[in-house]
Amino acid sequence: MYAQMVQSEATKDDPEKLAAFQARIDRDEKIEPKDWMPEGYRKTLIRQIGQHAHSEIVGQLPEGNWITRAPTLERKAILLAKVQDEAGHGLYLYCATETLGVSRDELTEMLLDGRMKYSSIFNYPTLNWADIGAVGWLVDGAAIINQVPLQRTSFGPYSRAMIRVCKEESFHARQGFDAIRKMAEGTPEQKKMAQNAVDRLWFPALMMFGPSDKDSTHSAQSMAWKIKMNTNDELRQKFVDQTVPQIEFLGLDLPDDGIKWNEERGHYDYSDPDWSEFFDVIKGNGPCNVDRLAARNKAWKDGAWVRDGLLAHARKKAAAKVAAE
Amino acid sequence: MNNEWPLWEIFIRGQHGLSHRHVGSLHAPDAEMAIKNARDVYTRRNEGVSIWAVEANNITASSPSDKGPLYEPSESKVYRHPTFFDIPDEVGAM
Ligand SMILES: [Fe+2]
Ligand SMILES: [Fe+2]
Repeated sequence: MYAQMVQSEATKDDPEKLAAFQARIDRDEKIEPKDWMPEGYRKTLIRQIGQHAHSEIVGQLPEGNWITRAPTLERKAILLAKVQDEAGHGLYLYCATETLGVSRDELTEMLLDGRMKYSSIFNYPTLNWADIGAVGWLVDGAAIINQVPLQRTSFGPYSRAMIRVCKEESFHARQGFDAIRKMAEGTPEQKKMAQNAVDRLWFPALMMFGPSDKDSTHSAQSMAWKIKMNTNDELRQKFVDQTVPQIEFLGLDLPDDGIKWNEERGHYDYSDPDWSEFFDVIKGNGPCNVDRLAARNKAWKDGAWVRDGLLAHARKKAAAKVAAE
Repeated sequence: MNNEWPLWEIFIRGQHGLSHRHVGSLHAPDAEMAIKNARDVYTRRNEGVSIWAVEANNITASSPSDKGPLYEPSESKVYRHPTFFDIPDEVGAM
C-alpha cells in the first residue's frame, strides 16, 4: 500500500521480554516511544512509517502537476487543499517515525538517495485532468482501505497519525469521484478521457496493496505485532468490491474482463495485475521514478538556503537575547 | 554543526473552555515559526482557537520504568473515591 513490501526485521531480544511485549500487544495496549520494544519492531516500524510518509510527500507531485491547469477556479482551490493535506499527512507520519529514534534529515536523505522507497503508484504519470479525478477516487480510495485498520495499530504515535489522516481522507476520495463523474457525464470526448484514466490506473491501484499473499514474505511477524492489520489480498478484495459498483454507477466499462461477481464467495473475482511490472517499478524502472526523485532532490537542494538562513537568524536572535539578560 | 530545525511539541485548545491538548510535533527554526507551521499542519479545518508550541527538549517526562513507584501508592487508597462510602438512600442526593 503506501508502505509496500516492508521487510520485517528478525529480532534477537531476550525471550522473556519478548513474551511480555507480545502479551501487551495481544491485550491491545498501545506501545509508546519510551517503552521497551524489540529492535526488530523498532526497525520495521521506521521502515514502514517512513515509507508511508515518503509516499504522502512524493504523492503530491503527480497532483501538484495539475494545480495550475485545473479547469475551474473552484477545482483549483479544491486540488490545492487536497495536495496541502498530503503534505500534512507526510508531516504527521515523519513525526511518528522520529519518535523511534531516527531524525527527519536522515529520513529525507534515505528517500533522496533511494535507500528508502515510496509507493509504486506515484511512479505513474497523470496525463490529463481525468487522471486527477481518477487518482483522488481510486488511489485515495485504496489508501483509505489500508489506513482505516491501521488506526488500531499497536504503536501509539502511528495510530494517532492514522486517525488524523483518516479524518481528512474521505474529502480526497470524494473530490476525485466528483471530478471524474463530471467527465463521465460530460461530452463523448470527456467520457472517453474518464474511461481511459480508469483503464490506465486500475491495475497500478491494485498493486498499491503489495504482492499477492502467496508471495508476500514478512507478513506473519508484522501481523503478530499489529503493525499490519490485514493481508494484502484481503485489502485488495475489499477495494475491488467497493469500487466495481462505483465504476458501473459512472456508466464506464470495467477495466478488466476478469471482473465477475462470484456468488459463492460473495466477492468479485478479478484479474491479478502484472506482477513483473510491479517489481520492475519498485526496482526503479517505472515511467516516472527518475522524475520523482529528481524533483524531490531539487526541492531539497533549492530549499537549503532557506533552511540555513532561518536557522542562522533564530540562533542570532537567541544569542542576542542571552546577551541582553 | 547539526543544521536540522529543532523539534517542537504542539498543543491546541480545540474550543473555548477546554484545555490545550497535545496534537503532535513539528520542526521549526524558532517559536514564532513553530506557531505558524502549527497553524498550517494542525488547524486546517478549524481544529483550534489557541496554539502552544514548546521546544521538545524542554519537556521533562516520567520514565515508563517509574510506573510502579509513581502510581502504585494511589491504588491502595480506595477511600479517595466517593463510591467507597455507603450512604443510605433516605439521606437523599449527596
Ligand atoms: Fe494522504
Ligand atoms: Fe489523500
